[in-house]
Formats: sequence, structure tokens, C-alpha cells
Amino acid sequence: METINYQNFRIEAENICVDYNGKVALYDANLRLKPGQICGLVGMNGAGKTTFFNALTGFVNISKGKIRINGESVRSAQKDQTIAYVPQNEGIDSQFPISVWDVVMMGRYGSMNIFRSPRESDVQAVKNAIERVDLTDHLSTPIGNLSGGQRKRTFLARAIAQRASILLLDEPFSGVDIRTEKLISELFIQFKNEGKTILLSTHDMIHVREFCDLVLLINKTVVAYGETSEVFTPENITTTFGGISPDFLFGPES
Amino acid sequence: MELCSFLTLDSFITDPLTHDFMRKALLMSSLVAAVCGFLSSYLTLKGWALMGDAVSHSVMPGVVVAYALGLPFSLGAFIFGVGSVALIGFIKQKSRVKEDTVIGLVFTGFFALGIVLVSKIKSNIDLHSILFGSPLGISLSDVKQTILISLLVVILLSIFRKDLMLYCFDPRHAKTVGINVFFLHYLLLTCLSLAAVVGLQSVGIILVVAMLITPGATAYLLTDKFDNMTVISVLSAIISSLIGIYVSFWFDLETGGSIVLAQTFIFLFAFLFAPRYGIFKLKKLFAGYK
Repeated sequence: METINYQNFRIEAENICVDYNGKVALYDANLRLKPGQICGLVGMNGAGKTTFFNALTGFVNISKGKIRINGESVRSAQKDQTIAYVPQNEGIDSQFPISVWDVVMMGRYGSMNIFRSPRESDVQAVKNAIERVDLTDHLSTPIGNLSGGQRKRTFLARAIAQRASILLLDEPFSGVDIRTEKLISELFIQFKNEGKTILLSTHDMIHVREFCDLVLLINKTVVAYGETSEVFTPENITTTFGGISPDFLFGPES
Repeated sequence: MELCSFLTLDSFITDPLTHDFMRKALLMSSLVAAVCGFLSSYLTLKGWALMGDAVSHSVMPGVVVAYALGLPFSLGAFIFGVGSVALIGFIKQKSRVKEDTVIGLVFTGFFALGIVLVSKIKSNIDLHSILFGSPLGISLSDVKQTILISLLVVILLSIFRKDLMLYCFDPRHAKTVGINVFFLHYLLLTCLSLAAVVGLQSVGIILVVAMLITPGATAYLLTDKFDNMTVISVLSAIISSLIGIYVSFWFDLETGGSIVLAQTFIFLFAFLFAPRYGIFKLKKLFAGYK
């Protein structure tokens, strides 16, 4: 087991900008996360949440700024399997002819040989990961036959099998059942204890209060960032969502 | 036609095999079908049907120029196939025109260039055989080329089988774990261009896209496992080729068209009767809800 230095930053993003053919999607964004921290990424649709994820994974190139993952470049983070990305349910083709086992095995691809032939250790990692998300009864089920919650758990298992130290989760709670939600929140506590760093985007304000130590409010750039208790205020949320009152977002009792 | 009524099934199959050109046609078309069928799984899952159409039409000027210069036609076809995709990407990025429009205008432009070139360059190019294929008149040098290219594509697809599946399924994850997505993208395009080149000998430029998408679509209706999909796709492609060639031999029909038509019928059969995803299965389901 590697020793974790809880003082070093897992993610450091400094003044990053991303533009798609001249259209600015994200500018001057900063983020610093340490091991064991869970951070909520909150913003409207089109505020740059997915772009932020894409920049951290290297799926898009940043046009300005600097990203360090465990003190190293995004490229070497990719090689080291440091970051796992858990997509939104809508972000994947659920009709793709592939089983739970095969999806989770994809978490091991990065550390396999060129033919991606699984070693005993890979098989074991996949088995354990599937056990942790409680899908052992569905090993060979095609993902098209799973419920939304089960599919979400499949991709979580892939991230677990990858043994990544950073998890990026795009709307982990959207479209899942109560059982999955409970399982995910238990996993979050385990991940935190294992020293993993989690960045999750969500629309649900309750989840931010419940799970996130830190919150990053963005609207093309950072609106506010810090401890959830300090930063997650009605004023900041209103600014983030372009002037919509938090009453509308939370319900009147908040 | 009266001849047919005297035939037994046995002689229906064995008689054509006494002809050298038929044996060659059956073998080569099966090989080509296998290659296109293999690739077909990836193209249908990636949603590259239109891209397949574009590449296969765009190889036309390449074939003509290569013939005129005495080069292997596969080389010319390959350059124009990949070139068309690069051009599509460039125009899409630099203009506000939507992607499907760009694809449509680029490949028709290339195709038109090919037709104009054929009419201008005096050579022994047979426009008909390029457009509609000529598996019965395949030359020895073409046989060699086809075997070489087919082997190359099959080897590439076999080595990167799982990576390509991941690339089609979730390119973002592939990138995140350090797999070279850029390479896989161009690998798939390269295989597409090469498969289009060998496929056009069987069914011609106009119909080669069918070889690249129909077997995959058929297989997609019949299974939920990727490996099975590849196997079914290859088998259905080979069977269609054999049926098409036999039918065209006995009934004196255009060979390329017959092969594609056989593929279409197999697809329709799967569409109607596939155990899980066929129409009639669906009807049963709806009846069950009432």
C-alpha cells in the first residue's frame, strides 16, 4: 500500500482556460484538492462542469494555465492510471453490446499489455470491484439490461478496478434508485478513508451539504470556492445560477 | 431459366465450382466479406455509417489516377480515402456548416472528380467494374493485392480489437487511462479506407458501404455480446457473398447487387425475427402488457 502524504495536493489547477474553436468554455479557473477531500462542482448546464472534468483528464487541451496531478503532468497521470472518470448515465451508449464484467475490466486496460489480456491480478481486481458495488449477480448481464442505478454502479466499479487515487464523477446521483444512492454514499466514506480525492458534479444541493467538504461554484469561471459551510451560501448560489433565487432551487424551507 | 428446374441442390452448388473464375470469385469475395464484416461491428457501433459511405465514394479518383499512372490501385484509393476524411475534419472545424452536410459535399465532390477523370484519362479503366464491382473478372495482381490488404486489416483489427471496442464505447475513459485515442481514430479510418478498397472489387464503389454496415447492423440485432457480434457479422457477410455469387451465376444477375441484396434480406430477417430485438418479439411484449 502506498503511503499518502495528506499535505501534498492531488489536483492543482491554476488559471486554466479552455476554448472550443474560439468559444470560451472555461477561463481563469483554479482548484486545489488534497487526498481525502470530497469537492462538489456546482453550476448551470453549460457552466463548464464537463469541460473542467475534460481538462483534468486531458480529454481536451487547456489553452492557458497549468494542471498538476500529484505534482506531475496530466500526461503522466494518464500513464499512471491516477484519474478515473465516472460518466453521466446519459453520456454512454447503454445499447452497446457489452457486459458488466467487460466494462469493469476496461478499468484495467491502461495497465495491461497491448492485447489487453487480463492477468490473474486483473481478474481479481475486477471481481473485488464488482463485489464492492454489489453487482456480483450481474457479472455477464449486458449493460442495456441494467437499471440506471446498476449502470452507475458498473462505472463506479470500473473506477475502483482502475485503483485510481482521483475520482471524477459526473452527476453520480442523477437517475439512481435509493439503494444505489445509499451504496454510493457508503463508498464515498470508504474512498475518503482510503485517501482518494473526489470531485463530483451535481444538481442536487442537498447532496453537496451531505457529502462535500469543499464546494466549487462555477459559471464559466470560479464564482466561489472553499469549505461548504462557508461558501455554499444563498448569495453565492444565486450568483452561480445567474440570479435565480435559492428558494427556487432548494424549496422554501432552506 | 428452364435449366434450373433440372438442377438438384447438389449441382446448384457444385456446377459453378468447375469454373476457375467462379472458384476465384467465391474465395475472394468471401475474404473481402470477412474483412468488411469484421470492421462492420466497429463502424455500426461508432455510428460511422455515413463516414463509411464518404470514404468508399472518395476513393474513386484515387483508383483512376493509380490505374493511369500504373500504380497499385489500393495506394491511390487509400490516399484519397484518408484525404477525404482529413478534408471533412478541416472544413468542419473551419466553417459553420454542419458535419453531415460537410461529409455529403466532400464525398460527392471526390466522386464527381473520379467520374470526370475516367472520362478524360484514356486508359483501359472499366468504369462499370469500378462502380458496380467485378468479382468474376478479378485479375491475378488484384488477387494478390486483395489478399495482402485483407491480411493487414485483419491483423490490425485483431491486435487492437479491445482498444477499438473501448474507443467506440467510451473514448473519454480510454484517454483518461493513457490509451492513444488519436491513434485509434486514425487506425479505424485506415482500416475503413483499406476495407473500402478491397470491398469495391466485390460490389463496386456505389454499394461497398453496404458491406461495411449491413452485416454489423444485422449482428447488432442478434446479440448483446461484442465478440458474438463480430462473429455473426463476419459469417453473415460471407454467407451473403456466397449466396449473391451463386444467384448471380444461375440467374445471370449483376453480382455486386446480388451480394448486397442478400445482405439486405438477411438484415430484414433479423429485423423481423431476432429473438430479442426483432419486430415480432416486440409485438409479443406489447401483447403481454395488455
